[in-house]
Amino acid sequence: MHSVNPLLKLESVSRDFDVSRPWLNRVIEREPRRLLRAVDGVSFEITKGETLALVGESGCGKSTVARLIVGLHAPTEGRLEFHGRRMQMIFQDPYASLNPRWRVRKIIAEPMMVLDTKKDVGELLRQVGLSPDDAERYPHEFSGGQRQRISIARALAGEPDLLICDEPTSALDVSVQAQILNLMAELQERLGLTYVFISHNLAVVSLIADRVGVMYLGRLVEIASAKDLFSRPRHPYTRMLIDALPDLDMSGRSRTPVAGEVPNPLAPPPGCAFHPRCPHANERCRVERPEFLNGVACHAVDEGRI
Amino acid sequence: MILEVEHLKVQFPTRRGTLTAVDDISFAIAPGEVLGVVGESGAGKSITGMAVIGLLDPPGRIAGGEVRLEGKRIDNLPHEALRRIRGRRIGVIFQDPLTSLNPLYTIGQQLEETILTHLDLSPRAARERALSLLREVGIPAPEARYGNYPHHFSGGMRQRVVIALALAAEPRLLIADEPTTALDVSIQAQIIALLKRLAAERGAAVMLITHDMGVIAETAHRVAVMYAGRIAEIGPVRDVIHAPRHPYTVGLMGSIPKVGSHQSRLMQIEGAMPRLNAIPPGCAFNPRCPKRFERCVLERPALLDAGTSRAACWLHALS
Repeated sequence: MHSVNPLLKLESVSRDFDVSRPWLNRVIEREPRRLLRAVDGVSFEITKGETLALVGESGCGKSTVARLIVGLHAPTEGRLEFHGRRMQMIFQDPYASLNPRWRVRKIIAEPMMVLDTKKDVGELLRQVGLSPDDAERYPHEFSGGQRQRISIARALAGEPDLLICDEPTSALDVSVQAQILNLMAELQERLGLTYVFISHNLAVVSLIADRVGVMYLGRLVEIASAKDLFSRPRHPYTRMLIDALPDLDMSGRSRTPVAGEVPNPLAPPPGCAFHPRCPHANERCRVERPEFLNGVACHAVDEGRI
Repeated sequence: MILEVEHLKVQFPTRRGTLTAVDDISFAIAPGEVLGVVGESGAGKSITGMAVIGLLDPPGRIAGGEVRLEGKRIDNLPHEALRRIRGRRIGVIFQDPLTSLNPLYTIGQQLEETILTHLDLSPRAARERALSLLREVGIPAPEARYGNYPHHFSGGMRQRVVIALALAAEPRLLIADEPTTALDVSIQAQIIALLKRLAAERGAAVMLITHDMGVIAETAHRVAVMYAGRIAEIGPVRDVIHAPRHPYTVGLMGSIPKVGSHQSRLMQIEGAMPRLNAIPPGCAFNPRCPKRFERCVLERPALLDAGTSRAACWLHALS
């Protein structure tokens, strides 16, 4: 898991956002500044050619990690190392991420002008399952799935080593999602791409990921190979997420509804952030924040209680 | 049967001609039964729901067929009569709880108002009933939350309040349009369990509209799979999921990723659902169908018996 030459390495990366009220309000109402720690001490490595998925519920910080990796945000603490040449990002909403006034040719050619790479737009379109003739059309002429193919072609135009995909199929219908996931797997095989795949959908992640990191309230709580994570989840939160999966095979397994909800990230619980919802929490969990040891951050696992 | 829909047709007149969004669909829901209506975006599932409750956005209109609630036709009622029925005998739950709640009133006021409008109760009894509804949908400490505004609640709790509102007048029919789509997985399971229990306890009929087969598998008794404004297949959930009879359902089930399946590629349906102005003649699925033959291109299939289900596919025609 810890290779000698990781393509990407994050070392205790944190990111705060200032969510204070406007200055005048603060002065009049004597309020202090308020900081929201969206990502809190996250470390992991990615090896070339693998797919690392980050999963978690909304607000867990997984998208902020994606933005930190590509440099859309700077880390407040910690460091990131990238040992490749280029990275590109694919966004969730294919309607918002393509310029509606540009023809597809221009959209795909833009990264090549900036990065000075030379690729044939028609060939890129063919690679993602579109026709070279589509280059002369505008984004509104395409369906959601086709637009996501255009986003992928645009990302490939920059000849990236690393692709950061933030919920790339969440806005798509299942049959279209299947087409895009198959396409991404095929491109990875053919071009040796490395993916960071951000998703809230565990079933999608189990299909596409080699390794999976689970996040909760800005912290990485568990990281393991996809096989191990889904067959032997260790952290109580991971277990909870897997138990909450819908039973599509109708095996009669009732899914266990989880008690409680994600706490307010402005005031995360002390100790282990998951303790208010955790069935295994004890006094230590309430006061002492668990360290990330051997792929999991949990006192109960560390003490051998579960 | 609580709800009967027969040969329903919904059309949208546009400048470039009339679009048929729902094309001749029929189904019925019995007391205590949950019928799942599943399909991809644009399949017509939400429009079917809106047509049933008479809330189609103009210029959309019912162009044919009948909708009957407990045996009485409701699709031709005047606006005001239908409005009373909607509050009293039909409860509606939408995807986004914020659109169903008024941000300027406390949840207690909203519940009381709904109860007083539809039931003949004293204000005091209405408050009692509102509190017991909140308790029933799992709002902790309802007395303390009674005076809170919608923005004080989290997404999952808001959806519980909306469910309480929908149930306030003891409706016979509950229409839930993507009730869990905006929620996180862990909250989804809670809401699904709640809907299922309430429908069973009250003997109400539930029409559950969703794109999520997982939600259907856990909640519904029967499922109707929609494609391009038509029902492709309808039958008991277990049979539709384990032994789909329509090639579209087969492809749809195959394209859903499953944890623990150890597959590296998903089954894939080529192409996309046709737009409403370009629905092909014959079977609407025929250009994408791996099992297409001559008849599929020429003649539209009706729902034909296929095992315990019914599928609109010529493969099931008795030759």
